[in-house]
Amino acid sequence: MTENIIHDITILSGKNRKGEPEGFDEIHIKPGDTISIVGPTGSGKSALINDIEIFASRDTVTGRQILVNGKVPPEHFIRDPAKKPVAMITQNTRCLCDLTVEEFLLMHIRSRGYHDQDLIDETVLLANQFTGEAIRRKVRMTQLSGGQTRSLMVADAILISNTPIVLLDEVENAGIFKDRVIEALRRYHKALLFVTHDPLVSLLSDRRIVMQDGAVVKVLTPNGSEQSALKQMLEYDAAMAHIRELIRAGELITKAVTA
Amino acid sequence: MRLIIVAGPPSTGKTAVIRQIIRSMPESRFAYLKIDVVVATEDEELAAEFNIPTKKVYSGDLCPDHAGIMVMDDALTWAEEKNADYLIVESAGLCLRCTPYTTQALGIVVLSAVSGINSPVKMAPMIALADIAVVTRVDLVTQAEKEVFREKIKGISSEVEIVETNAIQGTGLRFLIRAITEGPEVTDSKSITLKGIPPLGVCTVCIGKRSIGWQNHFGVIRKLDGADYLFRGE
Repeated sequence: MTENIIHDITILSGKNRKGEPEGFDEIHIKPGDTISIVGPTGSGKSALINDIEIFASRDTVTGRQILVNGKVPPEHFIRDPAKKPVAMITQNTRCLCDLTVEEFLLMHIRSRGYHDQDLIDETVLLANQFTGEAIRRKVRMTQLSGGQTRSLMVADAILISNTPIVLLDEVENAGIFKDRVIEALRRYHKALLFVTHDPLVSLLSDRRIVMQDGAVVKVLTPNGSEQSALKQMLEYDAAMAHIRELIRAGELITKAVTA
Repeated sequence: MRLIIVAGPPSTGKTAVIRQIIRSMPESRFAYLKIDVVVATEDEELAAEFNIPTKKVYSGDLCPDHAGIMVMDDALTWAEEKNADYLIVESAGLCLRCTPYTTQALGIVVLSAVSGINSPVKMAPMIALADIAVVTRVDLVTQAEKEVFREKIKGISSEVEIVETNAIQGTGLRFLIRAITEGPEVTDSKSITLKGIPPLGVCTVCIGKRSIGWQNHFGVIRKLDGADYLFRGE
């Protein structure tokens, strides 16, 4: 996205499944924001990020409208994946090409018309910050684990697609260090929307969109008020990671583990 | 009335796209014709779901696109009698060489993003004369593959409009619906012709000769080395 700098994405409210208006007027998303979308299964979380992904124009079941920089976005934003300012990664996202990691990344780099070979190294390096199992350039994409694939997809979205908005749909249980993903997306000044059931991801976000019955019912901005719970969750998460490594290494866990 | 011809390989989501079209246009009256080889149930499913007039034709030993071309004129008359605003004809999708699209119609090719990044190249004739290429299952593949897939389609036809969708959810189809409502009308059904030239002639294989080797055949033949296609016959 070199032609236009995106500084604001606006969600204009639609209706819930009963046809009643949603619990907000406008939600503004700016580069560097992290927002989690929470709510029970079937509450409309994925529908919300789908609306953003296709820049809904009151033409989806939710009736929402998505604006870019306060205006209806041009058609090529939506239709040309190379111009689209949004990258979406879901738990279903797979790589089908039977190519090595470097061939795959090179294919993407070339399709964008870039000639920067260093981007391959940078992308693999960034991806390896997100996953415990290092990705090597010569490995075939189809041999990567779920966690490695998603780590690479996120790194690819940040560095090669270089989209200002990244949407992640329930990828938290796929063996990636979510706190590092969030930190990296902030560092690269990307807006991140996370559909999640994960308490840590929710607490790490600046804002929390709460869904119910197909609609947004609340938008919470904790502003630091959840710090003590966040600290606790980070400790739990570290403890979980620690014990997971011990179990994977074949150890017998005979006493309580502290992080 | 408007004619919509939907082509594309088997299991790419042609019927799912058609369902979304009918669902998105509740004000319009549709008629639907399915052409298939041995078994098809789409006509019954769509009739039950949308209460629209449907028909199917089994091509049996005939090439399904050939069968489609044969029945198309009758189908237009039938759809007119049913007062349809749109006649949707869905091909069997077996032959990647034929293009069943006609004049005075909107040609839609449905491709699946999971069929591999080289698949558009392998069905070039089906894409080259289509007005719209609908790429399904885009939710399942990476951004990089989506971009490359699109470039491969554009490489075959820079004119074709590309619509990416998850056809089960119906995402992104607003551009397809717009193209359909703005599509050409059937003004004179007797002057409708195929947009492309069908593959050359009927050959001895088509009429049932089972021997192998060009020496045993007539019509357009080919040798392994050297020559291009040759005509052998009287």
